[in-house]
Amino acid sequence: MEAAAAAAAGGGCGSGPPPLLLSEGEQQCYSELFARCAGAAGGGPGPGPPEAARVAPGTVTAAAGPVADLFRASQLPAETLHQITELCGAKRVGYFGPTQFYIALKLIAAAQSGLPVRIESIKCELPLPRFMMSKNDGEIRFGNPAELHGTKVQIPYLTTEKNSFKRMDDEDKQQETQSPTMSPLASPPSSPPHYQRVPLSHGYSKLRSSAEQMHPAPYEARQPLVQPEGSSSGGPGTKPLRHQTSLIRSFSVERELQDNSSYLDEPWRITEEQREYYVNQFRSLQPDPSSFISGSVAKNFFTKSKLSIPELSYIWELSDADCDGALTLSEFCAAFHLIVARKNGYPLPEGLPPTLQPEYLQAAFPKPKWDCQLFDSYSESLPANQQPRDLNRMETSVKDTADLPVSTQDVTGDDKQALKSTVNEALPKDVSEDPATPKDSNSLKARPRSRSYSSTSIEEAMKRGEDPPTPPPRPQKTHSRASSLDLNKVFQPSVPATKSGLLPPPPALPPRPCPSQSEQVSEAELLPQLSRAPSQAAESSPSKKDVLYSQPPSKPIRRKFRPENQATENQEPSTVASGPASAATVKPHPTVQKQSSKQKKAIQTAIRKNKEANAVLARLNSELQQQLKEVHQERIALENQLEQLRPVTVL
Amino acid sequence: GANYPLYIRSTPTENELKFHYMVHTSLDVVDEKISAMGKALVDQRELYLGLLYPTEDYKVYGYVTNSKVKFVMVVDSSNTALRDNEIRSMFRKLHNSYTDVMCNPFYNPGDRIQSRFVCLGRAFDNMVTSMMIPVC
Repeated sequence: MEAAAAAAAGGGCGSGPPPLLLSEGEQQCYSELFARCAGAAGGGPGPGPPEAARVAPGTVTAAAGPVADLFRASQLPAETLHQITELCGAKRVGYFGPTQFYIALKLIAAAQSGLPVRIESIKCELPLPRFMMSKNDGEIRFGNPAELHGTKVQIPYLTTEKNSFKRMDDEDKQQETQSPTMSPLASPPSSPPHYQRVPLSHGYSKLRSSAEQMHPAPYEARQPLVQPEGSSSGGPGTKPLRHQTSLIRSFSVERELQDNSSYLDEPWRITEEQREYYVNQFRSLQPDPSSFISGSVAKNFFTKSKLSIPELSYIWELSDADCDGALTLSEFCAAFHLIVARKNGYPLPEGLPPTLQPEYLQAAFPKPKWDCQLFDSYSESLPANQQPRDLNRMETSVKDTADLPVSTQDVTGDDKQALKSTVNEALPKDVSEDPATPKDSNSLKARPRSRSYSSTSIEEAMKRGEDPPTPPPRPQKTHSRASSLDLNKVFQPSVPATKSGLLPPPPALPPRPCPSQSEQVSEAELLPQLSRAPSQAAESSPSKKDVLYSQPPSKPIRRKFRPENQATENQEPSTVASGPASAATVKPHPTVQKQSSKQKKAIQTAIRKNKEANAVLARLNSELQQQLKEVHQERIALENQLEQLRPVTVL
Repeated sequence: GANYPLYIRSTPTENELKFHYMVHTSLDVVDEKISAMGKALVDQRELYLGLLYPTEDYKVYGYVTNSKVKFVMVVDSSNTALRDNEIRSMFRKLHNSYTDVMCNPFYNPGDRIQSRFVCLGRAFDNMVTSMMIPVC
């Protein structure tokens, strides 16, 4: 062994047994490494093995510091490194000449492959040594050059980062110094090295903060590049990086293929936690995960990242794949990711990387878990399609008694109630101020109204059409009490114990308080029938229809009972007279007498309710008329505008 | 109104100034055509203004968008292979790329369409490049 080492050390490459057989790739790699270590200024932090520290003058040697760093980057235990240094002869000669260096590299490869550190080991075919180091000093996985195209420049930064998983623990603290946008990206430490998803944050922290283990020269070259801001840095920055990339190459045989594909994409691959963060941010801008973020909203949001406008516009260009001026969830994640990358010094790619394509992102990250039924129902309830859903919701509310709160009626239960109550609470605010999205606000406004007035589709359409109008005089129902009709609500304050079915008693009720039993019977029959009918009518929602529905049934009933009324009217005096009824009447008189007072009261209450209903309806009518007028005016105004815009303005 | 160029590109770098001048003078012709139109231009046909004027060497075509943004194309007369349809389709592509640029919320209408590395309009620029190469 010693002899072999001596022989190798004495003659340089290839002289003396055993010859150092280097494949072409190895040759290239080693020479590059050597050039780097040799060309670099010495004095890297961290003492190398003391034996290697001495440099003999007059020879081309690799400086001890960088060599030591490189060796440490191989992640072999120190003992092994010592052994290697000894074996390669550097220890003996006191410096790392080319021979020693190459031998050492080969020994490192052997050690990494699990072979014992022996000179014999290097005789056989070995994979290239793998070095896991911090960015500047690191070897780079190099797959096909073709794969590098857009991501080439990121490799010197990136693969080193993600390779140095084992160093994560040390560097985690450095992540604290990240900008706020990066803080959520502080991923859990010590992901296994073969974990393919690299948190970009690790790379970022390394880029930004780590000062030790720096190879000074390339690092300085990179420093100006690492400091972004300004479009100029992007352009000239890429050139030296590419230059370095071409200089620094290594082949990794072990896990090469999968490593290469993943490492090359690493800067642009979104990890789980990053994805979650992006999705949360998306939600803060737009509650519906399947909907878009408009351009202006996104612009405001991304401007907060303090990147320059040209950069942001370029990022937008990259990420808005369909060029529609709005960002879907996937597009948003891609854009966010690019911004994050840019903020941490990665130059922007020429084109959207494949891992950031929307289709890829959608496939890679299927519907996020938070998009559960809760949010489905919520998101469905809020944005588009308010009208039928409002009606549906109202229908369900109608079916239940007025006393029950809305929440219990809702299908999804308590959660929805919470949502509804928050929605309800939010409603008055929405009504009073201009909403960001008229549709949403209108829908929100429409909902209480629909609930409170069992609003017609017309009403809803009107509300949607108009901008937030002045808060109408009608009471804004913020509590979650169900009401099939506004009349119920009206009745509630006045008559707390209304029957649920007591819906607009139509004017068809005989106004004359005929305290005949037939009257009462008829009324009693009328009421349930009418209540049933209107309740059914209410389910079909329009309040006008309610009246209509109730009227037809009432009318025939009325007519039907008319002859009876007349008959009973004839009866009345007799009953009032407290005399036994004429033989013609079949109705029992005593019952009639006892019930007459009750009938009176019932009739009077009915009358009162009718009057109140009338008043409410009249008010409703006037308000609707008012709204109609407003809408008309708006329409006229819009038409005027259209007319004005039509003719071509002469320049 | 101000007629400053949002974007100008020409392939042979010599005579570039001459092309710029031609484009600028052709703007008058475009204005003339627009004003002659009268009512609103809503039709795709009307957006395309056709041959503005021929010189001995070149032909100049014009196109105006709904928002009064003018596209002017100067084509070598010797390139007889170019038919009207092709010119139209080129203008259509230009228009589409321009709307894509518009979609970017960071683009303010009236800004120059830069095509530097990290700026807006790379796609637009690339598209123009692709059109210019086969033509010339």
